Amino acid sequence: MKEVFIAGVGMTKFGRWETKSQLELFGEAAMDAINASRLKPRDIQALFLGNSVGDMDEGQTVMASHAAREIGLQNVPATRLEGACSSSSIAIVNAYMWVASGFYDVVLAGGCERNTASPTPLATRIMNTGPHHRYEGPTGITFPGMFAMMAHMYAHKYGIPLNKLKEAMATVAIKNHKNGAKNPKAHFQKEITYEDVYKSIMVATPLQLYDCCPISDGAAAVVVVSSDVAKNLTSKPVQIVGFGQASAGGLSTQRDYTLPIARDVSSRMAYKMAGLTPQQIDVCELHDCFTIAEIVATEGLGFFKPGDGWQAVMRGDTQIGGKIPINPSGGLKAKGHPVGATGAAQAYEIVNQLREECGPRQVKGARIGMTDTLGGPYASIVNIILKRGW
Amino acid sequence: MEYKLTFEKFREGLRGGKLLGLKCNECKGYTAPPQKVCSQCGSENMDIVELSKNGEIQTFTVINVVPEGFKPPLPVAVAALKEGPWLMGNMIDINPDDVNMDIIGRKVSIGYKEIPGDMFSAGDRIALTFKLVA
Repeated sequence: MKEVFIAGVGMTKFGRWETKSQLELFGEAAMDAINASRLKPRDIQALFLGNSVGDMDEGQTVMASHAAREIGLQNVPATRLEGACSSSSIAIVNAYMWVASGFYDVVLAGGCERNTASPTPLATRIMNTGPHHRYEGPTGITFPGMFAMMAHMYAHKYGIPLNKLKEAMATVAIKNHKNGAKNPKAHFQKEITYEDVYKSIMVATPLQLYDCCPISDGAAAVVVVSSDVAKNLTSKPVQIVGFGQASAGGLSTQRDYTLPIARDVSSRMAYKMAGLTPQQIDVCELHDCFTIAEIVATEGLGFFKPGDGWQAVMRGDTQIGGKIPINPSGGLKAKGHPVGATGAAQAYEIVNQLREECGPRQVKGARIGMTDTLGGPYASIVNIILKRGW
Repeated sequence: MEYKLTFEKFREGLRGGKLLGLKCNECKGYTAPPQKVCSQCGSENMDIVELSKNGEIQTFTVINVVPEGFKPPLPVAVAALKEGPWLMGNMIDINPDDVNMDIIGRKVSIGYKEIPGDMFSAGDRIALTFKLVA
């Protein structure tokens, strides 16, 4: 297998884009990534596009082919990949495999979504297609609901009073908004207080509005290249040194929601491939779709022992400057979560962190970074480990 | 090999008062909700069996922002059957304010309700229901 690098990255601002379609948003992010790589669209040999529910939101299928045309790719293979929120991380993994195999040298991977195209009740119904459509969805279970059940199980398992866990969850939201306030591409660029969190509406007990990431629009893309190509394009190529991907069924097929099985399999695979341990990761962008999800992910990825994640955030271990900075971009919570774009946007942040191009939210001296993207009922998880290639 | 316990058969079972599942002839484990192979060992060699309708609550939530077609507040929980499998359902005959940490570990009896279909559901739906037993 050949070594694989990211040459350049692109990303739109995340937020509400009432005036742009997801194909238009992807066109912007993709061309930013191609231009940053000092390439032309004709140099791209294949496209992998992550998208979750764009067909239901905007009435567009065969989306990858339309996206390829949009940016002038030369009739190359174009494939849409769907794994809910993990879609564009799956796209990056597929781009990796084609380049590592030697079949291609230059592949574009990314994702797009326009989740605000549907009003909230319809958007919630569309997202309700993620749990099992026969045996779970008809209960009306929502994404906040699935992570609310994770929070209650976490509190019960470790014997934590719910108000103490809620304080730790609110601290996650406050930290990520503090980071997002320093990210000009974030959906929300403002700091929040405990009072803001506790006064917000109850979405699904115990998760309040400020425990939840927003519904967002946006796109992100990365150019994945072989070693020889990378050296000609940039003085700061970022190497993909490990990845993992794993699946699981619906919540009724899983047991311990506080340590999702798919993350255990995926992260072990990524660490093994990279020959690294959790203690060697300098910065991590992980899947904080809800505040409890960040706490659980910091344990599942091995940064903290099971049951210590909620205390770690209270200790400040996950702040920029802490033991392991988590979500310096603002995470899904503040940066926003256009579902199909999220994995590529995490890679965008890590690449820029390793290149020390993140300004006021820079994690000093970051050499190795990691992404963690979770889709559906903790049913599709991808981890990617990136390292300075210079 | 033909699919043993389809959703259609599972639903007919509920309408006839039975909670159906699968018992593996290889590992003797139970599988529910139904799937093609045993959830424990992967064997296709399973028989349809009637399950107990007795569960124990593992976790829960009360949803206030609901999908189109549902009414809040909507209590959802996951219960473990005494045979082993876990199922998702709606808490019924309970004040939503009482759906709190105290119900974890409580015993429930399992029923079902009919949910009208919509443009994404390919026909009518059913949801399991959980009722606390004293």
